Amino acid sequence: MERRVGEVVESTSTSFMAQCYQLEGAPALGGLVRTDSPDIYGVVGTVTTEPLDSARPVLARGEGADSEEDVIRDNPQLARLLTSRFEVYIAGHIEDGVTRQYLPPRPPRVHSFVYACSPEEIAGFTSHLDLLRLLLNSDVSHADEIVGACIRQAATSHDQPNYFLAQACRTLAVELAADVARLNAILRRISP
Amino acid sequence: MTLPNNLNRESNGNSNPETNGVDSHQIVAQRGQPLGMVIEGSVSNGVEVRLDPGVSVEQIKVGTFVTLQGTDNRFFGVVTDIGLGSTDPRMKFTPLPSDDPFVIQALQGTVAFGTISVLPQLTLPDVVGDEQGPAAAKSIPAHFSRAYTASQEDVETVFGSEEDGNFWIGSPLDMETKLCLDLGELVKRSMGVFGKSGTGKTFLTRLLLTGIVQSGQASSLIFDMHSEYGWQGQDTDKGVTVKGLKQLFGAKVSTFTLDEEHSRRRGLSTDETVKIGYNHIEPEDVELLRESLNLSEVAASAAYNLREKFGEDNWLKEFLDAGKNGSLLELAEELQVNAGALRALYNRMGRFTRHGFMVEHSRVDTAAQMIEHLERGQHVVLEFGRYGDDEAAYILVSNLLTRRIHRKYVEAKESAMGGAGKEPRPLVIVIEEAHKFLNSAVASQTIFGIIARELRKYNVTLMVIDQRPSGIDSEVLSQVGTRFSCLLDNERDIDAVLSGTSGSRALRSVLSRLESKQQALVFGHALPLPVVVRVREYGTAFYETIQGGGDSDEEKKRKVDELFG
Repeated sequence: MERRVGEVVESTSTSFMAQCYQLEGAPALGGLVRTDSPDIYGVVGTVTTEPLDSARPVLARGEGADSEEDVIRDNPQLARLLTSRFEVYIAGHIEDGVTRQYLPPRPPRVHSFVYACSPEEIAGFTSHLDLLRLLLNSDVSHADEIVGACIRQAATSHDQPNYFLAQACRTLAVELAADVARLNAILRRISP
Repeated sequence: MTLPNNLNRESNGNSNPETNGVDSHQIVAQRGQPLGMVIEGSVSNGVEVRLDPGVSVEQIKVGTFVTLQGTDNRFFGVVTDIGLGSTDPRMKFTPLPSDDPFVIQALQGTVAFGTISVLPQLTLPDVVGDEQGPAAAKSIPAHFSRAYTASQEDVETVFGSEEDGNFWIGSPLDMETKLCLDLGELVKRSMGVFGKSGTGKTFLTRLLLTGIVQSGQASSLIFDMHSEYGWQGQDTDKGVTVKGLKQLFGAKVSTFTLDEEHSRRRGLSTDETVKIGYNHIEPEDVELLRESLNLSEVAASAAYNLREKFGEDNWLKEFLDAGKNGSLLELAEELQVNAGALRALYNRMGRFTRHGFMVEHSRVDTAAQMIEHLERGQHVVLEFGRYGDDEAAYILVSNLLTRRIHRKYVEAKESAMGGAGKEPRPLVIVIEEAHKFLNSAVASQTIFGIIARELRKYNVTLMVIDQRPSGIDSEVLSQVGTRFSCLLDNERDIDAVLSGTSGSRALRSVLSRLESKQQALVFGHALPLPVVVRVREYGTAFYETIQGGGDSDEEKKRKVDELFG
């Protein structure tokens, strides 16, 4: 069962921005998502919730409320004024039925639907780990966090999580052979 | 879902070595455990192999045999060094969580890895049973060639197998493989067994002699200083007696003794008792004994004057008689030699001739007797009994007999070359405390020096056993083809043993790290490459492999040829 989580609203060769259909409905950091036709896979990197109109900043409204739920209930308009978006770093695509873990020729079109991948799909896609190189080189300040989160999440979809982790560690070690400090930082994030 | 990209195959550790660069059907030879791959190197310094993630440096030892599968050739080499490397030079400054097994395991074999230096020495035929044998390596395997521990087949290809008539002397380090020696090659050149006292020289020698006797490749004449080889020897560590050659081979071995009483006391019967007549002693023998008898040069050379005066057969007897009659002074005047020197010679020779094995005149030519035995394909052990501790007696007797035997061999060989007779049977002469005969002062004079230099021209070679190889003349030592060295710790001795050997620097560290028992570094003529051997146990299990003292096929053929040929 595929779960549709959003729609592409902004797109570049290396990443795309998707808007959630539900407020706070973004997939978790490091989760694997996919767009339809063309099939492009990506890893959730940055999740943002902000006002739709940037000229109207969000104000604190709960001073008199007893709980956070009360704030939402008393201000039903909030769900319409706020929106959640998430940025996805492209990790591969399917070309003529073959999975490629490198950048697609064209990024997803705006308004493409974005789906969260099923555990089977995650296990299949992460049976090879060249995507880690794309993520490590994604040029975001928290690339290490994304890689760590991605490996942690993917491990739960595999039949043999420990074997998967060992594979991931070796791949990381090859990619970061010249930077042991960074490698060590990531390894500690995925250490079970 | 398939991925065309297999770049990280190696790093994933699930690469299939069978298909790495070479078609699997080309490889018939069985290989050992995969170790890693070649990452750099040169012919002069050998190649560097990066170990696979699963292989720990602790599993590998210096001196282990390794095969390297190149694109077209298979190489056979030795591990000369082991190291630790890392892909990031900053790693040693980076604090790492040594208590987190997950992180450490991920780093091990990837960022931090083990390396071994391998010196490729031979190229092996790719297909077992190929006519073409191992040849000296003149190149190195290409980048990314896989390295394996050498398998039993590899070791057999290189050193020969027991089935091919080679003699099993032990196993290489950390392997259960039988390491064999080609005895035919071994006896073609002189050999040396060296090592500190108590490192197993005698056991190794006994083992080699057993091999020589069993194979029938050569006859052997053993000057058995401490009566260890003939009937039985002692294992002082275990406090048991071990069988000597006579017990193992019966009629194939003849024992001679200088000291009948000693043999009788030990309850042994010997085949012959050796008596040395004064008429057998020559001035050259006196010259040789100079050091052990503490004679001056003048005194020793007086013997030549005496021979000139009294003749070859009688000089010593006449001289001793003259001494007894008190006419030494007249004799000195007549010969124009220093009277003091002559008196010294008389005193020393008088004392020496009081040995039980000396007789005034001996008609029995012991050397001829020995040659008779040797020609029959027998092996002769001469036990010295209580005279073994008398250095002068050992030097004199062995030198005197060897000189005569050598002379006969030269005659036989020369007439064989002239077409008048058959080739004399190869002979190995075994001497202990070799530095006494072969030191630079006397090596040029003793027959052993001559034999060592003449090599195999006359089918006579030496097996020298010594604990101070540095005392042996370097020219003689350079002629020792195959060397068996047990532990040595004196720098000069190590230098002497390794002199004239290529790669002696690497061997030096191996030699000084040998265990003090049952281990020997073997190198030289009879082996394609130096090897550390864990010497085979000499005991009950070994006796059982001796085939009842019967003749080998080669020996039978030789006897048939002798009778009917």
